[in-house]
Amino acid sequence: MTAEAQLATSKSEDKMIRLVGVNKWYDKFHVLKDINLEVAKGERIVVCGPSGSGKSTMIRCINRLEEHQKGQIIVDGIELTSDLRNIETIRKEVGMVFQHFNLFPHLTVLENCVLAPMWVRKTPRKEAEATAMSYLEKVKIPDQAKKYPGQLSGGQQQRVAIARSLCMNPRIMLFDEPTSALDPEMIKEVLDTMISLAESGMTMMCVTHEMGFAKTVADRVIFMDRGQIVESNAPHEFFNNPQNERTQLFLSQILNH
Amino acid sequence: MSQHFVPLPDLPPPGNSVGPVAWLRSNLFSGWLNTSLTVVAIYILATTLPPLINWLFISADWVGEGKEACDSGGACWVFVANRWDIFIYGFYPKDQTWRVDLIFAALFVLTAPLFFKQLPGKLYLGGFILFIYPLIAFLLMRGGVFGLEPVETAKWGGFTLTLLLAGVGCIAALPLGVLLALGRQATNMPVVKGMCVLFIEFWRGVPLITVLFMSSVMLPLFLPEGVNFDKLLRALIGITLFQSAYMAEVVRGGLQAIPKGQYEAADALGLGYWRKYGLIVLPQALKIVIPGIVNTFIALFKDTTLVIIVGLLELLGMVKASLGDPAWPDVSREGYVFAAFMFWIFCFAMSRYSQWLERKLHTGHKR
Repeated sequence: MTAEAQLATSKSEDKMIRLVGVNKWYDKFHVLKDINLEVAKGERIVVCGPSGSGKSTMIRCINRLEEHQKGQIIVDGIELTSDLRNIETIRKEVGMVFQHFNLFPHLTVLENCVLAPMWVRKTPRKEAEATAMSYLEKVKIPDQAKKYPGQLSGGQQQRVAIARSLCMNPRIMLFDEPTSALDPEMIKEVLDTMISLAESGMTMMCVTHEMGFAKTVADRVIFMDRGQIVESNAPHEFFNNPQNERTQLFLSQILNH
Repeated sequence: MSQHFVPLPDLPPPGNSVGPVAWLRSNLFSGWLNTSLTVVAIYILATTLPPLINWLFISADWVGEGKEACDSGGACWVFVANRWDIFIYGFYPKDQTWRVDLIFAALFVLTAPLFFKQLPGKLYLGGFILFIYPLIAFLLMRGGVFGLEPVETAKWGGFTLTLLLAGVGCIAALPLGVLLALGRQATNMPVVKGMCVLFIEFWRGVPLITVLFMSSVMLPLFLPEGVNFDKLLRALIGITLFQSAYMAEVVRGGLQAIPKGQYEAADALGLGYWRKYGLIVLPQALKIVIPGIVNTFIALFKDTTLVIIVGLLELLGMVKASLGDPAWPDVSREGYVFAAFMFWIFCFAMSRYSQWLERKLHTGHKR
């Protein structure tokens, strides 16, 4: 850990995620511009914005699925560098749910859930299975445990994906458009799962277009456009009294269709 | 007022659309083209099949001592029966062939349980077959330990040698091919990637016959005086390296078919490189390329016949060598038919096994 990172950690013990002047380029395309963001323990952040605004890229930087080229990202007191041990430590503590679920199709639901705890955390199988079943019950699909992902509906698969992440007992959960690939009827069951997770006090960052979810769950809503954070505010303020012109335009377009 | 729904009764299909007559009409005589093709096919079968069956079975000679027993005009299977030991065991000492039998019997007994689904310790059994068994089999073949009479590799031959070359080639080339494929994918390690590409492209660029020839003729020239390592071993190494290059490309095809999301999900769970590939990517990738892998195995099985170029006599080599025997003139057809039959049986079995494996590993829809 660099001296700077240590300083940053000591300054803000309660911050789970800190992004300081983060910049990222895809080749020459400047996708993240000077992102500064702090997420406190137990805070629930919703990130919205037009497509191509860099919101997915930003949360994917937090568990190093994407690499940032400038600035600091400090997760749970550990700075993300190219040090593989740091990356693996952080990934253990950060769960992620993807737009396309990304369950492992060659393993059953239960095997999907126990795989990482058994291989990464070295939890004994019996214990891992008990934990997995308790999470599958929380997402309300314990009876599908022996099935393969291909036999489940999209909504069920996404709930399994959430359970799979929770089995690692993460301190932070990242959601990358978790309901965008779902049929309208299935969105609710996934959102309900996420709401109950939020109620349990999990630190969450969620990229989504579900404004209803943002209103009910978020502590803070962040609006991004063209690689920068345009506005960040509590949901009530954000929706009723947006400060930036760009935010006003965005909200008028998504709320009035 | 709403209408009441009354389902219509189920009726049997019309008589002219089911049954053997309907099948014949729709499949063999559906139009003038189909009908004429059917007639031509029947004519060809009728003219070639009876004489073939007659030669192969009906007027063939099955028992006897020498060429004199073959006087009925059909196939002389007496030749094959008489040379059976040579075809199967090569020049392996007659009183020691039980060792070869034991090796194959053990392989059969060991692999049989793998075909049953629920069996504890299958993984250990598989590991034993892959890593320990070959060692035991090798010691048993070569002798010189446990009071077994040593048998030098120059005496190994016939179908035993075919299976040995193909078996070692397949088992050793698969892990090597997987590593090469992974290396070729490692874009963040340019040196490793470059070496793997170089290796694969080199070995794919040369014919196997050249590889064998080089290993047996050229290699000794570069070795210091007195160093002489076994001809069979050199052929085996050549075949394995050659095969691994092909295997690498087959496996790479499978790796490319795995969606990026699978890699990301494994990364996000913190699995790390080897677990990501070992637990998530390779099981799926190898399943996709089972047909390609078995295709390579079958090709190798038949390519083993090329070792005749370096003086190793596998099944076909033994058959060819036996054809020169003045005591057995004019039996080349029987010899080649027998060799073809043996190869076909084994290749066909491999093909069926791969189909069975694909069905067994199918877990519903992708993703």
